[in-house]
Formats: sequence, C-alpha cells, structure tokens
Amino acid sequence: MQQRSSTVQEPLAETAHRPTPPPAWRPRTDPAPLLPDTEPLRVLGTDAVADADPALLRRLYAELVRGRRYNAQATALTKQGRLAVYPSTTGQEASEIGAALALEERDWLFPSYRDTLAAVARGLDPVQALTLLRGDWHTGYDPREHRIAPLCTPLATQLPHAVGLAHAARLKGDDVVALAMVGDGGTSEGDFHEALNFAAVWQAPVVFFVQNNGFAISVPLAKQTAAPSLAHKAVGYGMPGRLVDGNDVVAVHQVLTEAVTRARRGGGPTLVEAITYRIDAHTNADDATRYRADGEVETWRAHDPVLLLERELTARGLLDEEGRRAAAEAAETMAAELRERMNADPVLDPMDLFTHVYAEQTAQLREQAAQLRAELEAEGESR
Amino acid sequence: MTTATTGAAAARAAGRAKPATMAQALQRAMRDAMAEDPTVHVMGEDVGTLGGVFRVTDGLAKEFGEDRCTDTPLAEAGILGAAVGMAMYGLRPVVEMQFDAFAYPAFEQLVSHVAKMRNRTRGAMPMPMVIRVPYGGGIGGVEHHSDSSEIYYMATPGLHVVTPATVEDAYGLLRAAIASDDPVVFLEPKRLYWSKSDWSPEAPARVEPLGRAVVRRPGTSATLLTYGPSLPVCLEAAEAATAEGWDLEVVDLRSLVPFDDETVAASVRRTGRAVVVHESGGFAGPGAEIAARVSERCFHHLEAPVLRVAGFDLPYPPPMLERHHLPGVDRVLDAVARLQWEAGN
Repeated sequence: MQQRSSTVQEPLAETAHRPTPPPAWRPRTDPAPLLPDTEPLRVLGTDAVADADPALLRRLYAELVRGRRYNAQATALTKQGRLAVYPSTTGQEASEIGAALALEERDWLFPSYRDTLAAVARGLDPVQALTLLRGDWHTGYDPREHRIAPLCTPLATQLPHAVGLAHAARLKGDDVVALAMVGDGGTSEGDFHEALNFAAVWQAPVVFFVQNNGFAISVPLAKQTAAPSLAHKAVGYGMPGRLVDGNDVVAVHQVLTEAVTRARRGGGPTLVEAITYRIDAHTNADDATRYRADGEVETWRAHDPVLLLERELTARGLLDEEGRRAAAEAAETMAAELRERMNADPVLDPMDLFTHVYAEQTAQLREQAAQLRAELEAEGESR
Repeated sequence: MTTATTGAAAARAAGRAKPATMAQALQRAMRDAMAEDPTVHVMGEDVGTLGGVFRVTDGLAKEFGEDRCTDTPLAEAGILGAAVGMAMYGLRPVVEMQFDAFAYPAFEQLVSHVAKMRNRTRGAMPMPMVIRVPYGGGIGGVEHHSDSSEIYYMATPGLHVVTPATVEDAYGLLRAAIASDDPVVFLEPKRLYWSKSDWSPEAPARVEPLGRAVVRRPGTSATLLTYGPSLPVCLEAAEAATAEGWDLEVVDLRSLVPFDDETVAASVRRTGRAVVVHESGGFAGPGAEIAARVSERCFHHLEAPVLRVAGFDLPYPPPMLERHHLPGVDRVLDAVARLQWEAGN
C-alpha cells in the first residue's frame, strides 16, 4: 500500500484494462404489458355490467347468498362443537365463488384450508368439504372424482402441485387448467416463489389466485411484503399480474375467466390478486379485536360483496323481492340440510387408521393394527 | 430402440461385455422403466443435457426427449411439489435430488404431501414416485455433500426407504421402486457409484422385491447388519475376521422401511450375536431402531448386547478428516471383539 501510494502512476493507455462490455443483453419480455391493471378491476357500478350475461349475474347472486349462509352455518357449527375449527370466508364470497365458477368441469381446483366455499361452489357436497374441519378424516372426498385437490393446510405448498398437474395435463395433450388459491400471507412462502417460477418456465396452464384479505391471522400485509402490490410479483417471473376488486364477483369471474382461457390456449400462467377483506376472525379460535379496529371492519362491510351485487341487480331490474326471497330460501334449505347432517355423529372405524398408509400394509403396521384391534375388543368387553 | 436381449447378445458376440458400474445399472433401470411405461418421467437438476452430476441419467433426455427427462429450475421443494401434481395426474415421476443435503428444502413436500397423500385421501390419490438421493460420505466431498440422511426418511410414515449396495440391486431395486404404487426414497450410496460387477447392463436383469433383506455372506459366529455404503466394509471385515477365528454372517438390509424383521431375526437367532454398522450417527440413528427390534425379537438367543458401529454424532467432517468418522474395518472388528466371547461359546 505504502509503496503504491509513493509511486507515480503512468497514465493508462486508452484501452488498457478497460473491461469489455457485457455480451448483448436485453430483457426477454417487455415487463410493461405484464401489469395491465393500474387499479383493481371493477365491473359493478360501471357500464360494463350491461355486457354481462343476465343469467350469469343471477347465478352469481344465488351463489353469493348461499355462500354467505354457508359461512354463517359453518361458524355456528363450531359453536355447537360439530366442527373442530372453521376458517371463515365471510366477506370473501365473491372471490371464492367468482374464481371457482370460472373453471370448466375438467379443470382442477387447488384450495387452501380456507377455500371450502370455492369447493362447494364447484359442486362439492358441503359435508364432504368440511370433513377435514370436523376431524373425522383429512380429506372427505375423492379428489380425482371432483378434480379438487385436498384442502391444503401448509401454506402455499399446494401451488407447486397445481403446476405439476397442469404440466402433466399438457404433456398428455389434455386442455385442462389448474386454479391454485392462496392468501396474502402465503405469498411470503418459498413454495409460492418456486411454483410461480416453475409455472412460468414450463408455461404451465395454471392460474394463481391470491385473495389479499388484509391479514395473515394477525399480521397485516405491510409486515408481509414491500412489493407495490402482490400482482407485481408476477413481473419477476415473466407472467401477467392482474389486480381485481375481490368483492366484485363479476369482475373476479371476468378476470379469472380471461386467465383460465389464456392458460387453456397455451398462453401460460397468470397471477391474479383480489383485494378483499376477512370480515370474521382468522378462525373461531382467533380474537381479531387484538389486531384490528372495528372501524376498519365497518368500512369493508359497506363494500360487502353480496350487497354490491344485490344493489346493482336491483337497480338494473334483474332482481326483485321474489328473486331475493328465492335465493334466501335456497340458501336456508342448504343450511338446514348441512346442520342436520352435521348433527349426526360420523361413524368411525379406528382400524381405518391402518388401511391407507401404504398400498400394501407392512408387517410392522399389521402388528400394530392387531394391537389396536385387541385394545378395541378389550374396550368393548369392559363396557 | 435396441432391446435388452439383442443388446446383450450383440455385446457377447463382440466379446465387449465390460463390468458395469452402479451408476450404469441405475441408468439402465430408469431407461428400461421409461421404455416400458410412458408415464415414467425423470426430473431434477442437471439430469437432462448433462446426464446428472454423477451421470446417472446419462443419455435419457436424448433417448426419450426433454419432456420425459427434464432439467428443472434449481429448487428442490418446487421439483418435488411439481412431482406431486404430476403424480396426481397419473404420471410416475422419478425425481433426482442432487445431493443428500440439497434434498432438505424438499422436506416439507415430502413429509406433508408425498408421504401422506394416499392416507389423507383414503387411498384415492396414491403417490407413485421415486425420490433418488445420492447419500453418504467417502468421496472427499466438501461440506453439505456427504450426509447420511436416512433416519429422517425412516421416521416419516408413508414412505419406503430403500438403499442398494450392489450393482445388481441398484438395477433390481430401482425397477421395483419405480413400479411401486407408493413413494420410495431411494438412497444411492454415492461412493459406490463407480463400484463394478460382472453384471452386464445389456443382459436381462432381475427386478428385486422391496422390503426384503438378503444374506450376503453366510456365517455362524455373529451377524453384521448393514446396508448401502457400509456393506463393502462389513464384507471386508468378515474376511479379515476369519484370521481371528470368527465366521461372520453379513446381512444387507436393502430396505430400511419396511424393515425385514424376519430375515434379520432369523440370522441373529442363528448366530446369537449382532452388530449394526452404518455411517449415520449412532444416537437416535437407524441402528438404535434396529438394535431395539433385534433385542425384542431375539433376546433369548443373544449371547451379548447388540452393538452399534456408527459414524460419530457430529456434523459431517471436512473431507480431509472424514476417514476418522466413517466406520471402517477396524472399528467393525473392535465391536465384534466386544461381543462377550469369553462368556459364551
């Protein structure tokens, strides 16, 4: 160092030691068109409603009313001890239903544990959808029959499954699309990143649907990410990021239909962020008053998805008192049936515990099954 | 495509049949499975164009196309997660994890989904897939390239855990693993990748049943229970032991889950003494389970406590020190010497 500072440097020749410029480089995708929405897309309250199919609007309304009633009934079942836990989607019905109804019969849904309503909107029996949360088994339905993956509890881990399934379908030449649902908290998980990256690299026919309901249990989005929006995350993967008002069921349905169609036609994956709000606590076991103000909840109640659609349809003459009553009655019938069926104790066979661990029971499990059987018999005799 | 039999005939006719390596046997197993079953898909990091860092998937992408042997992005959870989705749609993924310690990011997918999917769906959604993991030390690898990770997999219900120790088994067990309707963690002892056998990669080969141990060396004095990278060590120890007058039986476990209690107990009842040998650490390692099972089943036949020869309970050492960690012939013979010979026969 000392030596160098005392040495007078000769001026460098013009080109000596100058690093060569990097090889020609340009971004492979123009990032600008990847973020087409400057604000969350809305249809309700705009002239675009006139373009919507009235039959679809009525169906969406009936589903929203039913979905709201489903949430209320499931929450009530937790209070009666009939469900171990229920993560409510009250306030998020438009996102759950608008997305689920954008799928065709042959498509696959990858729900998180909060998305039983999306599964029910696809036609799954509510009792089967709630099996996990009742606790009599983990998955209450055959995923292949309904093309609904098991409700996924470890956050975002279902997203790479959706990518793999969509990829496999494409390899087989089937025009099947996978819709993967996740919350705002789930976007922080590594699996979210890996799934989006795989999907984009493989151009897999998958749609990632993020319901940004403001909170991951108690943690607000500001503590979750510094991204300008969750939709922005799409740009880094080279896929479009769409932004939609998650309480506007028509807008959700429209954006999701576009993304699903795009995927089906070979256009690759899309990330959709729906801005919505979880009106209830995280689950019945949570106390939301510890982390958010009542005033905030009231603001969102004024932007209620059922109310928004009801007002719009009424104003446009597409819904009258009779229509409202019919939707409410249908919802009540569903709730009564659900209540009645959930009030019956499920029939459990403890020996089922050993049946499906492996295709063929191992010798170790045979021994343990025999032990349990003996215990059950002893229990039966002592009664 | 050349069939196995005509290839073997041609090789014999040309007098070119060369000893095959374990890596070649594994490659051949995947190649045969892919040729027979179009739902078999190989995927992982560098498995395509390069043929894998150990060349185990050499030539598969060229022969079957990149849709069947796919270079994935570098993300192990994503690889295994995508494989789950592919299996949901009826494919049979064969996933390569590049090294033992690089498989850890995929652990959540393995434990929460791969291992549980059949059970949580009451059998409606099985997970037929193989997760190939090169494991163990002895190759001079720097940090994170030499772990014995088998105990993590053994502790996860729903998985099969299989590890070949011979070239023939590398083929036979991998074929069986790919054919299995359950997920199989297939642990490949990487220091045996270049071990050779007269087994011809062109000849028709046997598919081995999963879940069965095999006696590699019959003996009468004591049983060495081992698997994977420690099998050659035990066979060498058994040869050396003859000088001491010990005739050691060597059992190659092959399948850690399910565990072949029958073969193991039969051997130990015959010899009356047992030593478990593995590279994995001893504390709460595979040998703890194996010794307990042997003690429970063979107590009245035992002349001495079941001993364990294991790697030390250390983070895997740097390559210049690994020889002190790995159980070698001397350590095995020391254990055999402690089997209370003076008290019994």
